[in-house]
Amino acid sequence: MNLSRRVSSVWIVSCLVLAACTKSEPKPAESAPGAAPAAEAKKDDTLKIGFIYVGPRDDFGYNQAHSEAAKQVAALPGVKILEEEKVPETMDVQKTMESMINLEGVKLLFPTSFGYFDPHILKVAAKYPDVTFFHCGGLYDAAKHPKNVGSYFGYIDEAQYLNGVVAGYTSKTGKLGFIAAKPIPQVLRNVNAFTLGARSVNPKITTTVVFTGDWSMPVKEADAANSLIDQGVDVLTMHVDSPKVIVQTAEKRGVFSAGYHTSQAALAPKGYLTGAEWNWSKVYEAYIAQVKEGKPWDHLVRGGLKDGFVKTSAYGPAVSAEAKAAADAIKAKMMDGSFMIFKGELKDNKGVVVVPAGTEMKQTDPVLESMGYLVEGTVGSTGTGS
Amino acid sequence: MKTLAPLLIPLTTIGVELIAVFAALVLFAIFLAVVGAAPFAVFADMVQGAFGSMFSVQNSLSRAAPLMLTALCTALPARMGLVVIGNEGALLLGGLAAAATAMVFHGALGAGVLLPVMLIAGAIIGGAWIALAGWLRQARGVNETISSLLLFYIGLGLFLYLVEGPLRDPSSLNKPSTYPIGDANMLGNLPGMDVHYGLLFGVVACIAAYVLMEHTTFGFAARVVGGNVRAAQVAGLPITRLMLVVCGLAGAAAGLAGAVEVVAVEGSANATLYAGLGFAGVLVAFVARQHALAILVVAVVMGGIEASGGVIQRRHDLPDAAVDVFKGFLFLMILASETYVARAQVAVQRWVAARVVVPEPPPPGPAVAVSAPSSSSA
Repeated sequence: MNLSRRVSSVWIVSCLVLAACTKSEPKPAESAPGAAPAAEAKKDDTLKIGFIYVGPRDDFGYNQAHSEAAKQVAALPGVKILEEEKVPETMDVQKTMESMINLEGVKLLFPTSFGYFDPHILKVAAKYPDVTFFHCGGLYDAAKHPKNVGSYFGYIDEAQYLNGVVAGYTSKTGKLGFIAAKPIPQVLRNVNAFTLGARSVNPKITTTVVFTGDWSMPVKEADAANSLIDQGVDVLTMHVDSPKVIVQTAEKRGVFSAGYHTSQAALAPKGYLTGAEWNWSKVYEAYIAQVKEGKPWDHLVRGGLKDGFVKTSAYGPAVSAEAKAAADAIKAKMMDGSFMIFKGELKDNKGVVVVPAGTEMKQTDPVLESMGYLVEGTVGSTGTGS
Repeated sequence: MKTLAPLLIPLTTIGVELIAVFAALVLFAIFLAVVGAAPFAVFADMVQGAFGSMFSVQNSLSRAAPLMLTALCTALPARMGLVVIGNEGALLLGGLAAAATAMVFHGALGAGVLLPVMLIAGAIIGGAWIALAGWLRQARGVNETISSLLLFYIGLGLFLYLVEGPLRDPSSLNKPSTYPIGDANMLGNLPGMDVHYGLLFGVVACIAAYVLMEHTTFGFAARVVGGNVRAAQVAGLPITRLMLVVCGLAGAAAGLAGAVEVVAVEGSANATLYAGLGFAGVLVAFVARQHALAILVVAVVMGGIEASGGVIQRRHDLPDAAVDVFKGFLFLMILASETYVARAQVAVQRWVAARVVVPEPPPPGPAVAVSAPSSSSA
């Protein structure tokens, strides 16, 4: 008897719930304040721009660099930005792009992760020819890819070279550490530039490289940082999506760090030397102005320090006046285009000559974008056997 | 009352689930109010983002498709008392097998032949991987939950080694991938829809799994093992063979999911395949109470939540984690309601039995007499 009473009360409650559900359905529709302005906004000529990130917006790294630029762009007149974070490089990103286009009326998209390009952006761009897609990574091929796609990238190895110079002056042990995700050309170019920068100060310096295998592996990154420090490394830099844990570990262990993607100075007030930062707002603003005015834009955009695509973090308190002067002098040469990072004779760490004597490679040289070696003075291997 | 009787148990279950969903909505509304968002506006946008238009529905369905297959990897072994959570490993190796098959038979097999061969290869490798966990349990006494999880780590290592090493296409510079399978060999969309054939595979697999486990002697035998291994032994059931077959089918579903990701979405195997679809399948299976047909519903709801996550991020300036909070509330409430489902079912049965018995004596008609035992046995 007791049970059946309890059961009937369950039924009554569930009926009430059902009633509440059906009643509450029209309520949100009437009171949807989010939807109403969206519909009005379509009428004016506001350009709606979608930004898509593979990780969290506040990762102190790759995604934050893009998100900070998106925030700057949001202040432009006649522009509304929409952001979505932590979108995997799967069907998800295709649907996210389409959702932004179909549900919000986005006309310009910045899907920022490298892995979004092929096949995802290419597929969606072919389907929506009146939407423009700009991708970070510089992979555009006019012969193969849709006309509404552009790609941009920056020569951040210049800033990594300067990181190396400052590290070279700061290191007492002569051992530097570089924690990276994968041995791919973009990463190897940074490792090599950093090593060359340090060895321009002291040719005896070595850089030990650790590859973690993927872009966001905080536990492995912390392990790598600790083990490098245990081996006597006293300056760490990196190429992973979020440098946060590496910079924090270095600070905790009392060694120095040089940042990447964006400034991590706030995480290491004592040991942060300088950093290689993106300055994407420069690229975004130019693209957005061109799209708004209906002007043609370049499908393939590249630039370094000179073009304002990359910048360096302000020097930390541990950087000596001598280091600052040396780094600033090289930076000035980079700004006027007279400095070459990769020039002969350059050997890899197995002793093979990779750039013959007398050859100077400009930053724009496409050969640099298929780099598969680690330069002399680097301890580590590119090998997964290929 | 007579016609309703067999429906009462499922209706009770659904009723309790609805209360759980409602409780989750209330909790999420409180959460939203605390972080400063307007709960009803967020709910409205979630509904719109998940099922508000043809685009939204297809968005949700295409996100649901892989979850249906990966959920079976947990749900099938669960019917025989095994807790398998290594779905992701079977998915990765299934995808790799599909891509490797394309590399081996490229040019030798026509487009119409290679595609099914790739899918079958993915299913076989995925099946073998989970069957290995089943074998370890039967032959070596290793707990299948732990072994399937550890096999995932091994599978991931193997996958990354092969994709970024021996099977790597040298022209895939900054995104190491296997050689592309070729546009001609890609799996297309369902007719008239913007959702690939993976959805059909998922639906068919779930229905087939339901029929197999609930309506065949094989499924009955497997469930007997799950209910009481000693009883199954006494009855002379081939326990090891049953476990290997069920684990193999389970892994085949996850392997097929990986193969579909390769042949319908990526076009090659690369590290982006490791996106958590397998682990999401574990969650779907548990929320669906390991019931193959319920997986269809839960997967679509999960797909809808994922699809709506973007909309509420954009329109309400909420972090991506907001939708995870909702998922957390929802699934916790549903799982916590489990105990109430059983209690409510028993209570409803007694209530029905009492009500049917009372009017029984006066008219001694055979129809009513039959309905009483059938309802109490339901």
